[in-house]
Amino acid sequence: MSAEEWRVVAFTVRIAALATLLILPPGLALAWLLARRTWPGKSLVETAVALPLVVPPVATGLVLLELFGRRGPLGGFLHERLGLDVVFTWRAVALAMAVMSFPLLVRSARTAFEGVPRRLEQIARTLGAAGPRVFFTVTLPLAARGVVGGTLLAFARALGEFGATILVAGNIPGRTSTLSLSIYQQVQLGRDAHAFRLLAVSVAVAFAAVWTGEWLLRRRPQGT
Amino acid sequence: MRLALRRIRLPLAGFELALDAELADDATALFGPSGAGKTALLDLVAGLRRAPSARIALDGRVLTDTAAGVELPARHRRIGYVPQDGALFPHLSVRRNVLYGHRPQDGGPGAATLEHVAAVLELGPLLDRGVGDLSGGERQRVALARALLSSPRLLLLDEPLAALDRPLKARILPYLKAVRGEFGVPMLYVTHDPEEVLALCDEVLVLERGKLVARGAPREILA
Repeated sequence: MSAEEWRVVAFTVRIAALATLLILPPGLALAWLLARRTWPGKSLVETAVALPLVVPPVATGLVLLELFGRRGPLGGFLHERLGLDVVFTWRAVALAMAVMSFPLLVRSARTAFEGVPRRLEQIARTLGAAGPRVFFTVTLPLAARGVVGGTLLAFARALGEFGATILVAGNIPGRTSTLSLSIYQQVQLGRDAHAFRLLAVSVAVAFAAVWTGEWLLRRRPQGT
Repeated sequence: MRLALRRIRLPLAGFELALDAELADDATALFGPSGAGKTALLDLVAGLRRAPSARIALDGRVLTDTAAGVELPARHRRIGYVPQDGALFPHLSVRRNVLYGHRPQDGGPGAATLEHVAAVLELGPLLDRGVGDLSGGERQRVALARALLSSPRLLLLDEPLAALDRPLKARILPYLKAVRGEFGVPMLYVTHDPEEVLALCDEVLVLERGKLVARGAPREILA
């Protein structure tokens, strides 16, 4: 593996981890709202969140490009007010990964929250616990398996993100080049050996992530 | 204790819970067959469920008044709830379960302490165990301890012995009597077992399909 290849691996893992961390708070909040509350527009939000799963990733990338380009509504705002450019930078990579992973996290976490018996949350309330305490001491620990699973799934999805990333971030060597983009580029250039090395790294990283998650969950036995 | 249950109207599956009563005894049984609306009534008192019409007050303090738009959140009611299956937190030890709602600072001088409750309910040897390997009777004692340690003004007990076999019931019943004697917390006790009513309660309300069909001293009503 060349230094450049290692740089691509490190960049991809770092940005995928960042994207996963960024979607955790809103993802868990939305999952909880979907699992435990009824509100107007709920089914619309539910559908909108699932869209990146079914729309072609390239189409999602195009939407992001329009929104976050310098002339787009959000990109223009960020550029003028905060001096931040998104498109064709590492931020665009993180954005594409976050948007594409978000539905996986929300779905897993929602199912996990729904699996927590309401009776336990109700009893916690009769014992004087306010909403946040009920969530952090009862709901979240009992949903931990599904939440951790969903987080890893989101992370793995982020690692492999391709279609949305290539549109909104391009494939700029040393700046926005991720594992998937590099593999594609190497194959295009006919450098199969390079592509296979990156492929092996992708598999190893994904394997390590899933295995670590399983290990974390085994270390936290129930009932103690 | 004075528990006012006024203008209660709550549609349930196939019938309506309709009740207007005031309870003044320290141990009152809600007696009746399964599906009579007993648990729904406990949920209303605990603030875990809302009814289209209800006015509930405990010792003059209004907990629910639908006409006035009052609905005190469950966490401010100071009502201990022991549900049928115990509903213990499966990820916490027995000690952390019973201390979950413990408020030593605002319990007052007569407030229950862990030592006292553990002694009365004989929980000492269980405290550092997980709840997963407790027996049915042990689970109920832990649930009872957890409710008592939250310094409740009223205890709601929902068929706490229903899941236990007869010999075990006979062993747990004295604990409930001890709780009455030792802590003096008034209780509303849901059951469909006349024996438990006779052993524990001063008054019994008989519910059938959401309606109060009889009330009085257990010996007269259940004889």
